[in-house]
Amino acid sequence: MSELLAQLAVCIERGKVNKASPYPPDLRGQDGAEELTKQALDSGVAPSDILEQGLIIGMGTIGHKFSRNEVFVPDLLMAAKAMSSAMVQLKPFFESGQARHKGTIVIGTVKGDLHDIGKKLVAMVLEGGGWNVIDLNVDVAPEKFVETLKQHPGAALGMSALLTTTMVNMEETVKRVRQEAPSTKIIIGGAPVTDEFRAKIGADAYSPDPQGALDWLNAQVA
Amino acid sequence: MKRIVDEVREKGTLLSDGGWGSFLIAKGLKTGECPERWNLERRDAVLEAARSYADCGCDLITTNTFGGNRITLAKHGLADQAAAINETGAAISREAVGPNRHVNASIGPTGELLMMGAVSRDQMYEAFREQAVALERGGADACLVETMMDLEEACVAIQAARENTKLEIVCTMTFSRGPDGAYHTMMGVTPEAMAAPVLEAGAHVIGANCTLGPADMVELARALRAAAPGVPVMVQPNAGQPEAVEGGLRYPETPESMASYVPAFVEAGANILGGCCGTGPAHILAIKEALSRMPQR
Repeated sequence: MSELLAQLAVCIERGKVNKASPYPPDLRGQDGAEELTKQALDSGVAPSDILEQGLIIGMGTIGHKFSRNEVFVPDLLMAAKAMSSAMVQLKPFFESGQARHKGTIVIGTVKGDLHDIGKKLVAMVLEGGGWNVIDLNVDVAPEKFVETLKQHPGAALGMSALLTTTMVNMEETVKRVRQEAPSTKIIIGGAPVTDEFRAKIGADAYSPDPQGALDWLNAQVA
Repeated sequence: MKRIVDEVREKGTLLSDGGWGSFLIAKGLKTGECPERWNLERRDAVLEAARSYADCGCDLITTNTFGGNRITLAKHGLADQAAAINETGAAISREAVGPNRHVNASIGPTGELLMMGAVSRDQMYEAFREQAVALERGGADACLVETMMDLEEACVAIQAARENTKLEIVCTMTFSRGPDGAYHTMMGVTPEAMAAPVLEAGAHVIGANCTLGPADMVELARALRAAAPGVPVMVQPNAGQPEAVEGGLRYPETPESMASYVPAFVEAGANILGGCCGTGPAHILAIKEALSRMPQR
């Protein structure tokens, strides 16, 4: 079983979606994340073990490589594709409670900002790390963040901005969340965002990359 | 009009413009509002921005058309205005510089990644074709395929301009510096890997813009110069990394500090100097002053 899960982790890391997928070229014709997840389930491996010992390991490896600039967005996207082909099969077990998320995070790009690539990558890595991600998409007003956080007590909040002109909108959301959902942990990111800016607006954490966000979130529930 | 590549050969280093956003914001552009819409609705404000750079004596100025492709405009509900927005944008800059200087019309990325599959290569090509054709119709003589991160998207935009217009084509990508000191775009493209494909796609000038300040941009100019001998290199650095201050953001590089890099840019092999985020006419005038003190190459 551990052999199968180790193989699954490699498929996630390398972005090998399924047997038919031509990518990556050196794994052509071999089973991918889709087949291996099915085999694991068929042979009775617990869904939580598939998640913890296969998928999360593979996503973690690629996420850390991304943080170190050893791989780039295309590699991360392919890994996320492989991950979601496995997650589709695990979905029923999340619904029945046989597999559990580490926690919930509400994320979105701030008001006035329509950029979603970076935020989407973060969502993929967090999902791949076992988190339930509620993605509010782009141009999200402070009220919308607050309303969603109230519907999901205990959820963390992640905000993204690509523009120097829109990152300042994070400040108002932080203020409102502190008033209306005060226990919420808030993490921010995006090209112009810095830790200095985070300190200024009173968010809890800043991460320059998706894996850093995941590591921080995991530390909050450890 | 002369081609940019010929003018570089004759004149040495050419001067381009700086950022436009702060002008429009000062004139009342709201956060989240589509800046390109102003070509149609606030033509005078956009013309004033263009004139401020024309008045600096820039050899090339850009246009207020960065997000003017229909894929980006659709996010503002303006896809059907794409042709008018670009044609007017080019006409505004042409009006500002007159017939003898270059309008290097801005073509920014779509904001979609081809490998995510939401937009096809054909849709992207068509969006860039429509934009480039409209820019040429409005009076641009060159286009600036700029701030690109994905090599494939850059090449699609270049091909769309090359195959459907007579525009001279400049292509810049935006790089950041990794912990190992190497430069990559978000998609992992190095300056070395950028050069051959964009030239093959049909670019006449290559370069780097945005994200980094002048010190890093000197290194990028050097890398691009080495990767593409004989091809003009354009750089548009930011005025450093923005810092959070009371009441907003501040860019650390002053006109003087920015201009102090001019000798290093020329030495590294850059042929067209301008600025990106955080730069304005004062920076461009300081760069011009520094250039005038350089021995002609």
